[in-house]
Amino acid sequence: MRIIPRQVETFWTLFTGPIVWALHFLLCYVGAAIFCAKPDMFGVSFEAVRMAIAGITVVALAAIAFSAFLAWRQWGFGSDDPPHDDPTRRDRILFQGFATLLLSGLSFIAVIYVALPVLFVSECLR
Amino acid sequence: MRPRQKLSAFGTLMRRFSPILTLPIVGCAGIQSTLEPAGEEARLVAILLWVMTGAGAVIWLGVVALLLYATGRRRKVHGERESARLILWGGAVFPAVALVLLLAYALWLMPGLRPFVQPADDAMRIEVTGKQFWWDVIYHLPEGGSVASANEIRLPVGERVELELKSSDVIHSFWIPALGGKMDMIPGRTNRLSLLAIKPGIFRAPCAEYCGTSHALMAFSAVAMEPDGFRQWLTERTQPSATVAEAGSALFLRHGCGACHTVAGTGAAGKVGPDLSHVGSRETIGAGILANTEENIARFIAEPDRIKPNSHMPPFDMLPEDDIRAIAAWLKGLQ
Repeated sequence: MRIIPRQVETFWTLFTGPIVWALHFLLCYVGAAIFCAKPDMFGVSFEAVRMAIAGITVVALAAIAFSAFLAWRQWGFGSDDPPHDDPTRRDRILFQGFATLLLSGLSFIAVIYVALPVLFVSECLR
Repeated sequence: MRPRQKLSAFGTLMRRFSPILTLPIVGCAGIQSTLEPAGEEARLVAILLWVMTGAGAVIWLGVVALLLYATGRRRKVHGERESARLILWGGAVFPAVALVLLLAYALWLMPGLRPFVQPADDAMRIEVTGKQFWWDVIYHLPEGGSVASANEIRLPVGERVELELKSSDVIHSFWIPALGGKMDMIPGRTNRLSLLAIKPGIFRAPCAEYCGTSHALMAFSAVAMEPDGFRQWLTERTQPSATVAEAGSALFLRHGCGACHTVAGTGAAGKVGPDLSHVGSRETIGAGILANTEENIARFIAEPDRIKPNSHMPPFDMLPEDDIRAIAAWLKGLQ
C-alpha cells in the first residue's frame, strides 16, 4: 500500500483546500456557538473547547498542507512556469496543479484566521 | 508658469470645498462622539480606529506608489523571476502577515470590550428597558432597593457599571458613543453590557436601531460623575422630591397623569410612561430632544404628538393653559 496516493486526473482535487477550510469553519463556529448556548450539555470547560479547536486546526492545516504537496507534485514541482495555457493535456494538468496549490495556500491562511479568535477569547459571553 | 496655475486652481478648489470637507470633522467633536472617548471601551475602540486607519493609509500609499511606478514613462523592464518574487512577497506574504497582525490586535482587544467576568456581588446594576420612544432606567442598589428614573443614566467615574438591556416592544440599540457600546435591546432577552467611565461629563446617547417613527427622536443623556457626587445623587433619589407636595401635584393627579406616570410621594404610580419623580433635574425632556425648561415641559404636555410623532402619550392641549403651566412648573421643581 502506498502512503502517498498515485496521481489522479480529476477536477475534484482542486477543491480539497476550500472544503477543509469550510468544514473547519463550521466545526469551530457551530461548535463554539452550541457550547456557549448549552454549556451543561457537554460537561466540559471552555478551555476544553479551545483545545479541541486547536486540535482540529492542526488536523485541518495538515490536510491542506498534504493537498498542497499533491498539487505541487501535479504541477511538476514547478518545472514549468505559468501560464499553462496551451491546449494540451500536459498544460491542463499543470494548470490545475498550480491552481490547486494557490487555493491550498489561501485555505491554509483562512484556517489560521478562523482559529485565531480562541487564542484571545477565553470565555463565552455572559 | 504652468505649475503655479495648477496650484492656484487647486487652491480655489480647496477654498470652495473646504467648508464641505470640514463638515464631517466638525461632527466628530462633542457630546456624541466616539473620537473623544470618555470611557474605557470607547477609548480602546478609538485607538483601534486610528491603528486601522493608519495601517490602511500606509498600505494605500504603498499601493499607489507602486501603481505610479508601474505606469511611469521611464519604465525599467524587470526579469520574470524578480517580478514573480515581488508578487509572492508583496502580493501574498505581506497581505497575509499584515492581516494577521491587524486581526490579532483587534481580537486581543475583544475581552476588554466585552468583559466576560461575572459581575461582583456588590456591583451596581442598571436595568435599562428600551420603549417606543424612551428609556426606562432602574438602578438596582447593591445594598438592596432600587431607584427609578428615565431617559438619563448616571454613572460613577472609575467604577465599572453593569447594564442589563431589555426591550418591551421592538428592537432598540443602546449606545453611548463617548463611553462604549453598542448593544441591541431585544424583546424577551436580557443583554449585558459593562461600561467604565474614565472622564466626567455629559454625553448624548441615541437609539442605534431603527425602532419606529420617532426613532431619531429617541436619545438619553449619560452623565459620568465623580463617585462621591454620584452616591450622593443616588441617595437623594431614594427619597421623593422635596417639593412633591406643592400645588401642582393635585392638578397632576386630577387630570389623570398618574395613570401612566409615577411620581414618588404622590399617589401617581403609573408604569406606562417615564417615571417623573425627579424629572426637573434631568438634562432633557422628551428623551433627549428638548432642553429641560418649564416652557418645554408645558409644550410636551400639550402636544407630544407633534414633538414626537407616534409617541404613546396623547396630547393634553384640551387642559386649561393655566393648569398645564402649573403642572409644568411643579414638574420642573421636582429636583
